[in-house]
Amino acid sequence: MKQVYAVPKSLQPQATHYCPGCTHGIAHKLVAETIDELGVRDRAIGVAPVGCAVFAYDYFDCDFQQAAHGRAPAVATGIRRVVPDAVVFTYQGDGDLASIGAAEIIHAAMRGERISVIFINNAVYGMTGGQMAPTTLVGQKTTTSPAGRELGHAGSPIRIAEMLATIPGAAYVARVSLSSPANVARAKKAIRKAFDTQLSGAGFSLVECLSTCPTNWGMAPIEAMEWLEKNMIPYYPLGEFRTPEGGASNG
Amino acid sequence: MVEELIIAGFGGQGVMLMGQLLSYAGMREAKNVSWMPSYGPEMRGGTANCSVVISTDSIGSPIVTEPMTLIVMNRPSLDRFEQAVRPGGLLIHNSSLIDREPERTDIRIIAVPAVEMAREVGSDRVANMCVLGAYLAATGVVAYESVAECLKEVLPERRHDLIPLNLKALARGASMVKP
Amino acid sequence: MAERKLFKGNEAVAEAAVRAGCRFFFGYPITPQNEIPEYMSRRLPEVGGVFLQAESEIAAINMVYGAAGAGGRVMTSSSSPGISLKQEGISYIAGAELPCLIVNMVRGGPGLGGIQAAQSDYFQAVKGGGHGDYHCIVYTPSSVQEMVDLTMQAFDVAERYRMPVMILGDAVLGQMMEPVVLPDPRPTDAASAGWATTGARDGRAPRLINSIYLKPDELFQHNLKLQARFEQAKAAEVRYEAVNTDDADVVLVAYGTTSRVCRSAMDRARAAGVRVGLVRPITVSPFPYQAIADVARTARALLTVEMSLGQMVEDVRLAVCGAAPVHFYGTTGGIVPTASAIAEEARKIAMAEVGK
Repeated sequence: MKQVYAVPKSLQPQATHYCPGCTHGIAHKLVAETIDELGVRDRAIGVAPVGCAVFAYDYFDCDFQQAAHGRAPAVATGIRRVVPDAVVFTYQGDGDLASIGAAEIIHAAMRGERISVIFINNAVYGMTGGQMAPTTLVGQKTTTSPAGRELGHAGSPIRIAEMLATIPGAAYVARVSLSSPANVARAKKAIRKAFDTQLSGAGFSLVECLSTCPTNWGMAPIEAMEWLEKNMIPYYPLGEFRTPEGGASNG
Repeated sequence: MVEELIIAGFGGQGVMLMGQLLSYAGMREAKNVSWMPSYGPEMRGGTANCSVVISTDSIGSPIVTEPMTLIVMNRPSLDRFEQAVRPGGLLIHNSSLIDREPERTDIRIIAVPAVEMAREVGSDRVANMCVLGAYLAATGVVAYESVAECLKEVLPERRHDLIPLNLKALARGASMVKP
Repeated sequence: MAERKLFKGNEAVAEAAVRAGCRFFFGYPITPQNEIPEYMSRRLPEVGGVFLQAESEIAAINMVYGAAGAGGRVMTSSSSPGISLKQEGISYIAGAELPCLIVNMVRGGPGLGGIQAAQSDYFQAVKGGGHGDYHCIVYTPSSVQEMVDLTMQAFDVAERYRMPVMILGDAVLGQMMEPVVLPDPRPTDAASAGWATTGARDGRAPRLINSIYLKPDELFQHNLKLQARFEQAKAAEVRYEAVNTDDADVVLVAYGTTSRVCRSAMDRARAAGVRVGLVRPITVSPFPYQAIADVARTARALLTVEMSLGQMVEDVRLAVCGAAPVHFYGTTGGIVPTASAIAEEARKIAMAEVGK
């Protein structure tokens, strides 16, 4: 019988603590598959964030460091400078990367730090219980924006991919969605490209993954996927915003 | 033997260099030395000063508050530090730029017309060396030869062509003082 | 005798670190320690190392975390407000059992404070600083030579106990020049070989650098392990210098720059017939409690002198435990106490105690 699917070798064979319907599992799998394909598990060093993915090191089968909230790009920089041939990646949520760690991500990109950043944007703080994130949409209800995010009070949601794409050191910046099989296939290509960018020495790479949080959104998993496509993609358009070749493509 | 001095003047008059030169010379003579600069905003164009301690014993505080010797290159420095000199101490001032006489009567005072002297030997940029020469002759804390040797270490390489001029200035300053 | 060279304190620390095998430096500019990063930016590339100016002190200390976790011999330096920003990272470094050197050339506070010398970061350095049950080993050099010697030693001690080590200097020590004898450069050993995240090569199991233990009993055990290691340091690493304490009526207790001034004050007081001694902690964490308890048995009184309004004096009182009166003399804001003022204070205390 032909084997058509297997758990990636770079994942440990165990169940995750993520909620049913959460897209972290998909993102983990895509990263692990990429590490497998490139054959770099033995020199991969991941950096886990503070947030739901704080225990990412329990699932990936490679060296890991766990960083303070928002500081993963700085920690990755330290690792990068000590182990020149390592394949270094961070895995960060939107509170971690776009709020408390905004300075660290911008300056890692500015330096063209040879790291790959997997940025999970699910428009909410997950682990702490559904508070408003810097990426929460205007009008979206959270536990700290009970009447919906108000533009005049909390400002507008931050578009990280577009912002980082203005930085010369950011060699590859893309936004993908984990909301459908076709989108997941595109996400996989983008993550592979991010790692390729690092391995080629071209500079910093980041893939923003639009993700769902059924638990804190108060929705069933399929309903959450639909909400993502209907509400998030219009504000956070998919595409490559910067590539090592210099091109960009939206949609 | 211990010497504790303050050297003060405008930024650019070479007071830090005078202190470093004495420290290098003291170290060359196997003495203990410390050099402590003033630093911060006052360095940016205002007055600058440094504390120097040269001792045959180990040095306690590197910060001189009651100097045995005070060297001042300008009027604000004389005004600021004159009263701090220990009774029986020494005050050397740059009389070319200081338009008043020191008030103290319980210390030895040497006036060095440093700018005029420096012009005599070739450039008013070495006024600080004329004053330092007078100090060496007056105290003998370190030997003239030690200071001369250390010019190489203190002056950046691109200024080494100025060493003969500096030596002339040191000698000119020394010539006006009887030990 | 080896060649003596005149070095500024900040540059001496930097050169000593390079000779101790430090190859990674992450920092952010702040007065009065800028000569350290400036020196490292020139020097580290010469020896194949990396100097990186970070976007903030917070980023710098987290780069230290990453580099230490990857097995690099690494340091950062800053001054008081910057060290406050680094506290988050220092707590994580302690929690993750990573060795590194942190240099604090203390300036006056609180807030932006001033840029002149102070010792008002004692509590922060010795009593934690960051959150959680942890300790750093904290050295307090009092001369440029000692800055060299303690910097060389700091990396070894950090690696031996797998904890952050701090050099607690001040603006005077950083800015002053004194002759130093520099030790020969040492090769960097692979003390981290057993635990660093360098990639799970050659079939070894993946490694983790981490400070999160969500299960209370696991965190409890982790803290007990950290504490036990600090207890070992307490037994082996306490350092101090005692001068003229045998016959002293008044014993001065001071560290760093202040201890230098106290030495001058002691000489003045003795010249005037007042029997004054000095205990100078060289480590303030672990603190030389026993040495101070010992002098409290023979001295009539102790006088703690600090460039703060009274921080180390609390540890002196803990050590003395009521056996003798503990007096305090402090200046703050960048004012260095004068030898004459300390000598006078000691004289007054001696007169009062002898008169009892």
